[in-house]
Amino acid sequence: MSKLVIASIGPASSIQDAGRPGAQRYGLVPSGAMDRLALATANALAGNEPFAACVEIGPFGAAFTARGSAVRIALAGGSRNADIAGRPVAPNTSATLADGETLTLGFARSGSFSYLAIEGSMAGEPMFGSLAVNARAGLGSPYPRPLQAGDKLQTKAASGAAERRIELPATSDTPIRVVWGPQDDEFADDTKKLFVDSEWKISATSDRMGYRLEGPALTHLHGHNIVSDGTVNGSLQVPGNGQPIVLMPDRGTSGGYPKIATVISADFGRFAQTPAGRPFRFQAVSMAEAQAEVRKFAELLRSLPDRLRSIESVDLNLDALHDANVAGYAVSAIDAGTWQAEITGPD
Amino acid sequence: MATTPPPPRLLPSGDSAITVEFSRDIDDAANQRVLALDRAIVSAPIAGVSETVPTYRSLLVHYDPVRVGYDALGARLLELAKQPVPEKAKTRRWRIPVTYGGEHGVDLEDVATALNTSADDIVARHAAGDYRVAMIGFTPGWSYLSGLDPSLQMPRRQDPRLMTPAGTISIGGVQTGVQCLAGPSGWHLLGQTAVRTYQLHRDPIFLLEPGDQISFAAVDAKTFAEQDRAAEAGEFVAELLAS
Repeated sequence: MSKLVIASIGPASSIQDAGRPGAQRYGLVPSGAMDRLALATANALAGNEPFAACVEIGPFGAAFTARGSAVRIALAGGSRNADIAGRPVAPNTSATLADGETLTLGFARSGSFSYLAIEGSMAGEPMFGSLAVNARAGLGSPYPRPLQAGDKLQTKAASGAAERRIELPATSDTPIRVVWGPQDDEFADDTKKLFVDSEWKISATSDRMGYRLEGPALTHLHGHNIVSDGTVNGSLQVPGNGQPIVLMPDRGTSGGYPKIATVISADFGRFAQTPAGRPFRFQAVSMAEAQAEVRKFAELLRSLPDRLRSIESVDLNLDALHDANVAGYAVSAIDAGTWQAEITGPD
Repeated sequence: MATTPPPPRLLPSGDSAITVEFSRDIDDAANQRVLALDRAIVSAPIAGVSETVPTYRSLLVHYDPVRVGYDALGARLLELAKQPVPEKAKTRRWRIPVTYGGEHGVDLEDVATALNTSADDIVARHAAGDYRVAMIGFTPGWSYLSGLDPSLQMPRRQDPRLMTPAGTISIGGVQTGVQCLAGPSGWHLLGQTAVRTYQLHRDPIFLLEPGDQISFAAVDAKTFAEQDRAAEAGEFVAELLAS
């Protein structure tokens, strides 16, 4: 039996897929990947279905060892140093671990979450059609909790398929877009202006339930208690202290604080990847623009298989990489993030 | 003469969900309209709508904006909300056993003191209630009930507890609730039931539906222990009186 054994892993790492929508009326939140595009990218590289279960890896390092046979993997999402027995693995590529070899991942350098797809995905018992971990509800498979060292993911032997890279559109560093509502009328126009005119940071106490924001206090017009109503991923609720909490995939299905705005679907993954402490801004857009962006995002997800490229062209760029080093740029052969910049061109 | 109720407000919850708000307050008539709209959508599904989440005062409608846009879906929902609230053909009625006070309901004595009466009187008033599941939310199976005796209304605790037991029966404001999983709560804990409103590997996984009628029956601690073992083994323990 082939398996990937977790040699070491940090907190905030769990099995995630597209989650289990459909039971929010019973208080069960869907959970699922923080960054859907990165999940689907890793799966495309590994030759899996777009939303097959992956290892969602938090900002800390991790190591995985192949046992029983060679195992083929792919990495997407936040960039970090990665190598297999000393051979560098670039983000947004697939690679194969020989039996007994270890994939070692460093800390995230951009983004918070990386996705490790395993060719053939992993064995597990789906609950409501999903392997995604929701620790509070006791759901998730093969482990209904965050991953720990020693955990084993059963999979199939590497197919021997050629390794791939993928060409993605340049990531944007523009403000996170929101649409107002559902309770923006609980805030004065000046407060809404303050919200979009200010710089915000994500607090280090954030998790898969919610990202706490640090910035100017947002004052309510009529107090901070409303009768609970339903929540979505990206709901920006404002509790009594005026510091918004953005609800994430493990949120409560209902909440009793006014929600000033909602992060648009197309920007949700990018928001989820924003590292704690890094300043960013919000921008309010119209519903028409938000829905046009969802359609573009859906098209991008559909196009992923067409964006796969042979890995050989990476080797062709090695010369350019060496030239860059000689020219004094901060490029390192083991710096996978910089590699990627060289491969795909300027972001 | 019956008056036409005002139309609900459509509030965008991002680009993939609409909150259909019937009231800003906890309002029984509004909750009936929420549940009626929910039933209307369940019985005649709208293309692109993926799931609905009833709450006290609003219905959250999740949809796929690639399949249906905000304006078209909003218009359709307003149309459906105009229909008179039909009598629900069947209402399920459950009796849920509760062990009040002691270690099962650590706030019972304090609630009695705060309301200037005896613990027995609080139990009698709470157990006499005729309740309806207004919504299920927060965590799996957490059932919010309307119909609390107004004399039992109390503000929530100043200091919410970070952990309260599975099966807790509590009161907070004008509401009472059946909590399934252990978790945080700012409500006053009156008792505990062995009933699992959410239990994996049982059919059905979720016992209660929004709109179900609920009554409580006081049972002693020994019965709780027996029922807890039975419930762990997959029995409902709650009694279905009518369906």
